[in-house]
Amino acid sequence: MIQVDGLRKRFGAVQALQDVSFSAGDGRITGLLGHNGAGKSTTLRILSTVIRANEGRALIDGHDCATDPLGVRRSLGVLPHASGLYAHLSGRENIRYYGELHGLRGVELNRSIDQLIERLALGGVADRRAKGYSQGERLKVGLARALIHRPQTIILDEPTNGLDVNAVRMLRDLIRELRESGRCVLFSSHVMQEVAALCDDIVIISHGRVVVRGTPADILKATGAPDLEEAFVRAADQPGEVA
Amino acid sequence: MSAVWTVFRKEVLENLRDRRVILSAFFFGVLLAPVIFGLTTTMVSKRAVANQDKPLNLPIAGADRAPNLVQFLRENGVKVQNVELSSDQAMEAVRSGAQDLVLIIGDDYAKALKAGESAPLSLVVDTSNGNTSPSADRARQLLNAYGHQLAVLRLMVRGINPTVIDPVGVHTLDVATPAGRSLLILGMMTYFCFMSMLVGGFYLAIDTTAGERERGSLEPLLTLPVSRSQLIVGKMLATSAFMSVSLLLTLAAFGVVLTYIPLEALGMSANFGPRVILTIFAIMMTFVPMGAGLMTVVASFTRSNREAQSWLSVVMMLPIAPIMFAVVTGTKPSAGLMAVPSLSQHLIATSLMRGDSIPALHVLICAGTTLALGALLVGVAIKLYQREAILG
Repeated sequence: MIQVDGLRKRFGAVQALQDVSFSAGDGRITGLLGHNGAGKSTTLRILSTVIRANEGRALIDGHDCATDPLGVRRSLGVLPHASGLYAHLSGRENIRYYGELHGLRGVELNRSIDQLIERLALGGVADRRAKGYSQGERLKVGLARALIHRPQTIILDEPTNGLDVNAVRMLRDLIRELRESGRCVLFSSHVMQEVAALCDDIVIISHGRVVVRGTPADILKATGAPDLEEAFVRAADQPGEVA
Repeated sequence: MSAVWTVFRKEVLENLRDRRVILSAFFFGVLLAPVIFGLTTTMVSKRAVANQDKPLNLPIAGADRAPNLVQFLRENGVKVQNVELSSDQAMEAVRSGAQDLVLIIGDDYAKALKAGESAPLSLVVDTSNGNTSPSADRARQLLNAYGHQLAVLRLMVRGINPTVIDPVGVHTLDVATPAGRSLLILGMMTYFCFMSMLVGGFYLAIDTTAGERERGSLEPLLTLPVSRSQLIVGKMLATSAFMSVSLLLTLAAFGVVLTYIPLEALGMSANFGPRVILTIFAIMMTFVPMGAGLMTVVASFTRSNREAQSWLSVVMMLPIAPIMFAVVTGTKPSAGLMAVPSLSQHLIATSLMRGDSIPALHVLICAGTTLALGALLVGVAIKLYQREAILG
């Protein structure tokens, strides 16, 4: 469960976030949609406690990102924009490192790693160094790393960038699976079709402001657009909030 | 604490698998530096030894014209070699390198000597050939000595006190102890020790900040339920471990190399047993936190691996500058200088090698100030890791 209320963030002279408020529920997939530079990554970075907002409040499963970052991090799994694997470690070692930093040990950790490797069909490459991994294999290890501690809330930053069709399908299946198990999934994208295919709720962000939010049907109604793509284009160019 | 240990273990494992790190950390420091050091000192000492002990070979043209001179030279250990060369031929022989030097005794030598005039001798040498100049110097010294001896005899025959031709008497008193003389050479060694220590931690310090950022692995790392201080401390411990291992291996390699260098032949001796090596290691170790902190601080300001590398290359000169200064000027240890990191370790290490006693106060000041500065830099590095700008 993610609750965001009135986030503002400034980097030097740039006001990256003007006013960002939305919520993402458990058992739902929420898409954060916006052009490049609209403020998606900044929002996700604040939610993952890597940076702090200047104003506003963000809660993840009841933990405040500003005052209880360690609590937030324990219930949060993050798949960043870049996979950021350690090239000299094997896939399994990369996953294990994150598991250990989450405080997992021994049998419990080994079982979690084996389960994820099996679920993501990484068996063939898990013990090779990450150096030679394909884009898809890197994504899988990144996902396993993000899910090793069974987080309640999962954030994915533009996860489908540069992936082939098979990898995108695998990712979608996994995201749906997470929803079925009652998790809260938030993912960002600048591709409307992708969001439309997957999301229960959509948050469109533009110039550091949430301009539209709701279910796909809500958004079509609010913007009066014939389809979601048109709705995105119209909404993204609007300065104020519509729905 | 267990998170620090996890980070430490992962950093060590990852970097041990990186050939580039291993090459620079261990190959350069441990093998290359002592080998370079060994080769240069061996060459220097071999040459000095060879020139001292080798009997001087002196080809003489017209030896039969000066039997007394030849006798004098033989008595002074010169191997006289009779050659039949005109002065042009002699010059050609030396120029071509066929002979190192040739002494030509002129036709009028005996006549001039008998008449009490200056008897003509020509020493053909090539001053542009560095290898032969010690031989030429020795020949010249012997000839001067012979001339001086004749002059003294002539004055005595005329009833004049021979000291009139020695208006000043110069005595050179060499107070260098054998170990003291080797200090300039061994001073180079502490320089190599600092080098290998810093090079050993170089890549890890960069990796901690600029490297992780550039690979995109820093951001996900910061989303884990571990405080940033724990992350950076684990990383700096790994950097320190590499620095220490590199230092220890370098010292051990020096210990081995020095047993093969004929330092005694140079009139030098080095106090470099296992005990001294371990003591020097302990003293140098006080510099590790400071080196690790300094490199991490500098690397955390840079935006990329490449930038970090160029900045750190400059930073590596910093601790080495005071040592260079001390080696060149021959600075002596004092309590005040013990407050200067790197210089203090250098001075104590050279004292240890020289076999001098070291005041406990010096060790205390050296360790105290260096460790305090180290703690300060580590604190700054931790502080910098909390900034949002660390993400670049």
